[in-house]
Amino acid sequence: MTRRRDFLNLLGAGGLVAVSPQLAWAAAPVSTNVANAANYRRLLVLVELKGGNDGLNTVVPYASPLYPQLRPRIALKREEVLPLDEQTAVHPSLAPLRPLWQAGEVAVVQSVGYPQANLSHFRSIEIWDTASRSDQYLDDGWLGRAFSANPPPAEYAADGVAVGSSDLGPLSARKARVVAIANADQFQNLARMAQPRSGQGGGALQHLLKVESDVNAAAQRLSGSHVFATTFPSGAFGEAVKAGCQIVAKGTGVAVLRLTLNGFDTHHNQPGPHANLLKQLAEGLVALRAALSELGRWNDTLVMTYAEFGRRPKENQSNGTDHGTAAPHFVLGGRVIGGLYGEAPRLNQLDSNGNLPFAIDFRQLYATVLERWWGMPSTDLLGGRFASLPLLRS
Amino acid sequence: MNVQRHREIDMLKLLSAAAIVLWSSAAFAAAMGEDEARHLLNRSGFGAPPSSVASLSRLSREQAVDRLLASARTAPVLTPPLQEYVRPGRLKDASEEEKKALQRAEFAKGAELRAWWLQEMLQTPSPLSERMTLFWHNHFVSSQQKVKSGRLMLDQNLLLRRHALGNFGDLLHAVAKDPAMVIYLDSATNRKGQPNENFAREVMELFTLGEGRYSEQDIKEAARAFTGWSFNPEQGTYQWRPFIHDDGEKTVLGQRGNFDGDAVLDILLQQPATAEFIAAKLWREFVSPTPDMAETRRIAEAFRSSGYDIRRALKALFLSKGFWAKENRGVLVKSPVDLVVGSMRTLEISVPDALPLAFTVRNLGQDLFAPPNVKGWPGGEAWINATTLLARKQFIERLLRNEQFVTPMARADGVESSYEQGSMRNRLRTKELREEFGKGAGRLEGDTRMRMVQAVSDIRFDSTSWLKRFDNAAAVERALLPIPAISPPAVGTTGIALVRGLALDPAYQLK
Repeated sequence: MTRRRDFLNLLGAGGLVAVSPQLAWAAAPVSTNVANAANYRRLLVLVELKGGNDGLNTVVPYASPLYPQLRPRIALKREEVLPLDEQTAVHPSLAPLRPLWQAGEVAVVQSVGYPQANLSHFRSIEIWDTASRSDQYLDDGWLGRAFSANPPPAEYAADGVAVGSSDLGPLSARKARVVAIANADQFQNLARMAQPRSGQGGGALQHLLKVESDVNAAAQRLSGSHVFATTFPSGAFGEAVKAGCQIVAKGTGVAVLRLTLNGFDTHHNQPGPHANLLKQLAEGLVALRAALSELGRWNDTLVMTYAEFGRRPKENQSNGTDHGTAAPHFVLGGRVIGGLYGEAPRLNQLDSNGNLPFAIDFRQLYATVLERWWGMPSTDLLGGRFASLPLLRS
Repeated sequence: MNVQRHREIDMLKLLSAAAIVLWSSAAFAAAMGEDEARHLLNRSGFGAPPSSVASLSRLSREQAVDRLLASARTAPVLTPPLQEYVRPGRLKDASEEEKKALQRAEFAKGAELRAWWLQEMLQTPSPLSERMTLFWHNHFVSSQQKVKSGRLMLDQNLLLRRHALGNFGDLLHAVAKDPAMVIYLDSATNRKGQPNENFAREVMELFTLGEGRYSEQDIKEAARAFTGWSFNPEQGTYQWRPFIHDDGEKTVLGQRGNFDGDAVLDILLQQPATAEFIAAKLWREFVSPTPDMAETRRIAEAFRSSGYDIRRALKALFLSKGFWAKENRGVLVKSPVDLVVGSMRTLEISVPDALPLAFTVRNLGQDLFAPPNVKGWPGGEAWINATTLLARKQFIERLLRNEQFVTPMARADGVESSYEQGSMRNRLRTKELREEFGKGAGRLEGDTRMRMVQAVSDIRFDSTSWLKRFDNAAAVERALLPIPAISPPAVGTTGIALVRGLALDPAYQLK
């Protein structure tokens, strides 16, 4: 209970981030032709928790007696977790997110998964990236398909930018204008080799020329650097957050940023590294919010975490956890209606592999983005009807 | 014999028809010239080495195709690296340290395996054999990601090569019982009463009939027939387990009987759809992204009536009008292997050790022995996105840069490296290896890392002697590009700058 009062106190202490008026003005919409299509003025920031985050030690069912039974060595202690309510708490490393939670800007969606879960990193992230069924193989990413169906404004620097990872994941699609920037300087260096090209020929040649032009345009429109008051955390994820914010600040627009935080495949000696990863995540998200608030963009930003799977409830013999199924994910933003969504993990209903049942299909999160955030129909893009979640203010 | 008879029938057909046929027979008999020889080499193998272009150019199309088919191999030229079979589960009992060491060793072994295959592609006298082995690797997909045994992946590769230009029916039966496949498509867990439909579904959808040519019920019934095709984890071999086989009656594609797996495969081979599906796929591999229905049907008929002789299908394909049509030049996107191995062969770049190339093709999206999923690499336009296009250009730029030695790619003709071996090794830090060759390369350690550094510095392009063969810039352009350059290098550009300029042109990404 004291903990929860702490939370409230923190809110009282005011986590309000100053918004510099001229910067807010500078970031006014550059686009005038989005009204008839999807509202890509609204930014989506995807954060991939690569390797499969341990949900139970992130959003902790601390009141369940099964939780410490399943994890005699790695369970978080009641006195160290940060309670959200009587049943659910979060890992202490997420403390930096308190002000956001208190401001009602954090939705915690629990038990996100899909039917016939696949436990391979490779295959399961492909399922998430392409929004396919477990037994279906699709070539394009779900956001790539959205861009193909409803292209973002042509003057945008790119439809989507993947920062900190060379694979395009959910952004991938032949028709989409997407770039991956493993490292901002390296991208600018390499992009010198890409020329603006006018479309000629057909088929493969036309595709090549288009991609090359897209890269060239993105590089042109993303050059330069903005000075933020926000201090970004050190480390790869902090760098990616910073690079992402630079893209939003300098660019002529982007619909999606995808950031990657590596290292969640915690089979061995999980507690230390996992605490560190969640700390990086929380600090990175706080910096993201501060920097985008500086730009006056936080209210039209939606941040969503995702991963190939969660981890098994029962700890393994190496002080770690093996591949699992359902896991909680975070949705943050100025328009988010904070709180808990989905269902708490049903620790008493594990499957034959000892894994959790899911309550929210991951495609419901995608439907929420497509329909409620961008205002486009989702059924065709997701290959079926998935109920969106009421976690956004209109 | 078959080929001989086929040729005679062709000749009879030609003789019995009208003037238009006489015209085409004349065209077949004529020497095809360098441009067509280059096209045939680029499409049937990897790149077009000038010496091969010269020798093929004097032959007619049919003679050249016959020569390529006759030189097919069933075994690699180079001895594969030793890949010891490691029983699964050995990792489980190991300590933390041992696990890490084993994983490092596995990673290094995986790199060796890839390097070996790429070296084979570079050196083989029959590039068509390697192209077909790669084609089947991307058809009968298995991946190291799931199989987790370099040895079993190597065995599958040898099997694919053995049948690469042989008989498709024999290949299908053999690959269905291949240990890597049995693991990859879960046949090992397919048992009576608890069927796993994975193999039954993919064998119909991806290996033989194609989507929509069977029902869900056919899959269920076929899965029962495949029960008992299992794996011996101690030996790493296929094992028939009769006690988990469902020997009851099944109905598959309208036929009823107490089928086992082989019987079901034979039923699949009886379907005309199978030959059509493979013929269309071969067309997309060798000719264009849009199969000509009339031509592929003709090829499929030749294929099926020959009892699935792969050479017959390829001969019909290579001698089809579509294969030579001007409008089908430069319509295929080079795969990463095409780009990398093809560049080395076309430019006669000396690559004593292909280890670095294993990381390059992986970086470009084609990690050999690890296709993305059971459908394989989608290929075509999907090879090219912002990331891979820049990585392709970076590869070409580094390979053909004419500057002081600032990258690991040394050349014979540029300014020679003034670095001693020792300091060069120091220069190749993890970060640089990662930037040059992608994430995986940074993970190399110990001897394999040293081998990588050596291999990188041994890659040499002697542009002066290569260019000597050509009279002018136009001839160099024809040697490198399937269609005219989109942005031709400035008039007067010569030497390695000309080669680099052409190789950086978008047309170079096509074949």
